[in-house]
Amino acid sequence: MTPLPPFQTVLDEHSGAVIAVLRGAVGREGADDCFQETFLAALRAYPRLDDARNLRGWLLTIAHRKAIDHHRANGRRPIPVAESVEVAAPDGISEPDDELWAAVGALPPKQRAAVALRYGSDLPHSEIAAALGCSPEAARRSLHEGLKRLRKELG
Amino acid sequence: MKTATDTTINNFKARAAKEGLLDVAYVHADSPFGPLLLAQTKKGLVRVGLPNQDQDELLVDLAARVSPRVLEAPAELDAVRRELDLYFEGKLERFDLPLDWSLSDGFRLRVQRAINRIPYGQTRSYTEVAAKAGNERAVRAAGTACGSNPIPLVVPCHRVLRTGGALGGYGGGLPMKRALLEMEGALESQVGS
Repeated sequence: MTPLPPFQTVLDEHSGAVIAVLRGAVGREGADDCFQETFLAALRAYPRLDDARNLRGWLLTIAHRKAIDHHRANGRRPIPVAESVEVAAPDGISEPDDELWAAVGALPPKQRAAVALRYGSDLPHSEIAAALGCSPEAARRSLHEGLKRLRKELG
Repeated sequence: MKTATDTTINNFKARAAKEGLLDVAYVHADSPFGPLLLAQTKKGLVRVGLPNQDQDELLVDLAARVSPRVLEAPAELDAVRRELDLYFEGKLERFDLPLDWSLSDGFRLRVQRAINRIPYGQTRSYTEVAAKAGNERAVRAAGTACGSNPIPLVVPCHRVLRTGGALGGYGGGLPMKRALLEMEGALESQVGS
């Protein structure tokens, strides 16, 4: 059994991937809240975790569940593209990929999660499948469909 | 590269503390001798890492021996930092901090508790400390117990010397031990002896 590293290490190493996935999955506004929920749930369960080998996959699975909770609480509505773009604009902080992430946020849940996991945190198909709780083939399909739609949308 | 903001991370930690999930809170603190690691549990100060110790290694050890819920949370250790700062300025002679002894047990724990009663500016020999811990012949074991003191500075193992006054050893290095004793005025009485 691999010993569990200090939780701070887990936070340092994976917070970037988790926030990227959550921004893709629920948009910028909901992401911070989902991030806190994700890491609180992880910290609660951490001492009982018996396998420290795939902490990122474990965290992203929790993040995915928190994103679903978030959408449920908001009546399953997808994030309107305009709303997400407006969030970033007033500060004058306009990241070049804001438009892209907004479009990702507007995808159906499975496709959105697959795209966010693949490109937000550079996960291989097998780990995306684990995080989504589906087969690698289904993960590949969701990713493919999501990308096709994004290409159409962003031209 | 996308990163979570400091605010988001700090909010998470504040909520973790409120929920009682901060089993081990730590901070990297400055001292006149170099960086210290200060770690505490809900019971009290559990570990002080000295400047020449590997802080990452100490954190891994805390995760294995106390709890893996180890998080950097500077605000939680404000009281510890304040007392240590005063001590280094020569303005504090007695620490008033709750201690968590859970990293020690048996004879080592008894030795370390005996060390904790050596007053500021005084020294004891390893033999005296062994006797206080209940076995005056266990001098070598007393030396080991000093060396494995998890809470140096606050539990003042730097005040334990060889019989005759030689410095012996110190986890933070002998120059630090000498400087601490000089600051406390404990070495002047040794001059010429």
